[in-house]
Amino acid sequence: MTSYCHTFGGRTFVFEDMATVLAKASPRRSGDELAGLAATCDEERMAARFVLADVPLQTFLNEPIIPYDSDEVTRLICDTHSPAAFEPIRSLTVGELREWLLDYETDTIRLTAVAQGLTPEMVAAVSKIMRNQDLILVASKCQVTSKFRNTLGLSGRLAVRIQPNHPTDDPAGIAASILDGLCYACGDAVIGVNPATDNVDNTIRLIQLIGDLIERFAIPTQSCVLAHVTTSLRAMERGAPVDLVFQSIAGTEGANKSFGIDLKLLAEAQDAALALRRGTVGDNVMYFETGQGSCLSAGANCGVDQQTLEARAYAVARYFRPLLVNSVVGFIGPEYLYDGKQIIRAGLEDHFCAKVLGVPMGCDVCYTNHSEADQDDMDTLLSLLGIAGCNFIMGVPGADDIMLNYQSTSFHDSHYLRQTLGLRPAPEFEEWLLRNGIMDEQLRLKPVSRGHRLLQ
Amino acid sequence: MSKPADPWHDFKSLTAARIALGRAGGSLPTRELLDFGLSQARARDAVLAPFDAHSLIEQLNSAGLDTISLNSDASSREEYLRRPDLGRRLNSQSRDELASLNSPSRDLCLIISDGLSSHAAVHAGEVVTALTSLLKDEGWSIAPVVIIPFARVAIQDEVGEGLKSAISLILLGERPGLGSPDSLGAYFVYGPGPGRTDADRNCISNIRPSGLPPAAAVMALHYLLNAARHRRISGISLKDERLLSDQVDLASLDMQTPAATDTFRD
Repeated sequence: MTSYCHTFGGRTFVFEDMATVLAKASPRRSGDELAGLAATCDEERMAARFVLADVPLQTFLNEPIIPYDSDEVTRLICDTHSPAAFEPIRSLTVGELREWLLDYETDTIRLTAVAQGLTPEMVAAVSKIMRNQDLILVASKCQVTSKFRNTLGLSGRLAVRIQPNHPTDDPAGIAASILDGLCYACGDAVIGVNPATDNVDNTIRLIQLIGDLIERFAIPTQSCVLAHVTTSLRAMERGAPVDLVFQSIAGTEGANKSFGIDLKLLAEAQDAALALRRGTVGDNVMYFETGQGSCLSAGANCGVDQQTLEARAYAVARYFRPLLVNSVVGFIGPEYLYDGKQIIRAGLEDHFCAKVLGVPMGCDVCYTNHSEADQDDMDTLLSLLGIAGCNFIMGVPGADDIMLNYQSTSFHDSHYLRQTLGLRPAPEFEEWLLRNGIMDEQLRLKPVSRGHRLLQ
Repeated sequence: MSKPADPWHDFKSLTAARIALGRAGGSLPTRELLDFGLSQARARDAVLAPFDAHSLIEQLNSAGLDTISLNSDASSREEYLRRPDLGRRLNSQSRDELASLNSPSRDLCLIISDGLSSHAAVHAGEVVTALTSLLKDEGWSIAPVVIIPFARVAIQDEVGEGLKSAISLILLGERPGLGSPDSLGAYFVYGPGPGRTDADRNCISNIRPSGLPPAAAVMALHYLLNAARHRRISGISLKDERLLSDQVDLASLDMQTPAATDTFRD
């Protein structure tokens, strides 16, 4: 292991390895403090950033921060790295990568071209020496699109997942929330319900419920029941009309194991969903959720900081060509992201890292009631992500998830963002909204009467 | 405050979700904005309010139950929130105190903590009083009720082992939802001690008057504790078989809920 050091005016800071440099360079957050990995003072944090800025990108290829032999996520990262894509940035340091990313000439085409040459560790490293505005600017230049029954991620567009959760999975209750969301011009990302009961029968019942609505009203969108991947596999074996397969994923083999998954299982599920050929404009069939802190929570953080591990989860996501990926940024609680400031920073980091790696990233802008955060903080993160070109956000009725007991963003919130930034829904869905008299050309919601066909 | 609800407001009877709120432009009507703020204020207050252990102890004592007061290693609310590991163990003074009790073997010990909602702990007295009364009639030996502010679920291992209890049960405030600031959780483990994991525990959550009412929680716990004692197990292999015959709210039984909530078990 190489150790690193930096000296400011006679005081020398020594970091025993790259994982330590990365952890100590990370902006302050409670999860790294809980793990005992965080910088002990702000000057040490800056010393780590000075060190990091001078590290050649090549170092991350030569020295994996989690050993190749012990972690299949590391193996995936190394084995899928493209030397050809890496070529234009091969000689750069982390600090020079930041400047390259910010350069006028670095546009979506160039960013897309290098994506397979970047590893999560490189991207996490550069994010640690970037300000919030840098994360926003670079992400805003980086378009990542995906397709199933509509086209998501196009510049100038914002999609919304309808999240119609119900504490007992009551079909009428779920349908009521879906219709509410549709009348607010939401649902283009996915109509995706978290089941309260994760079993095959219930999952099939919910898939059929949402599928029937989509079919009856010919809505250009996709359904998803966010059950465990094994549940979705069994549902498909029984002939269920699965559009998207969902799974929570993380950045280490150990954390994924604690979720009851590995890469082979994800591949099996992807194959099964692809075989159904249910997409009309594309075949991105996977939906992943992630979040900083999940590896530590699973006791599988391997001495690596939570933001770097989160970026590694995007390498897992990228491999399966997903339609949707989102960090559930503030869901995990204050022991990982303590307050609004930490949640906002993490949300911007997650979106930036995923986009630069070529992942179609959205965000569940959210918090729990034991965090030092409130809806004003969510407004701030939501607005910043809108500027950054986030692919999609959540639409939860009134921002209050009555099943998972946390606060996210609402249908109203999505409309605020579309209004202020002139962001349009996914094109196929926009056309449906116009045709059904839900929204007008100026992105204004139209009055939907009780007699509207959606509400019959 | 004149903006009406949306025309499909009759759908509100189908779900507790905040649907058909109406809009001002595309934004929330003032009334709904303030209602949300009120709900969040109550949830925040539930997290931050001091734990009234004194009233709880009085309530238990007047019901004829002895109590022991101990402390976790978390010494403030902020430390408790930031450091879940500290809430999972006793501080050294309490550890010594527990050892010095030289407790005889018992069938059950019960622990109450404010956890993440001081408002939820209010329901714990009612649950403990009714539950111990039922169990004592059936011959269970029960340790004095242990009160520990700022505790996490896993502290039940150390306390249960110290009190030489076959089963350790903890009741503590859950992460407050917007509409459920006073939600209490109950977790028990058979054979408490080092090395126990969440897979070894059974949980009943959402105990509150408008969720799983305390009386129904007592019946569920009574059933599960007897099954655990009889079969000498707890955790994922112990299910509430009454589900098929009785009207039990599925959503309030944690063993039926998805992995998403597991992260927040304590």
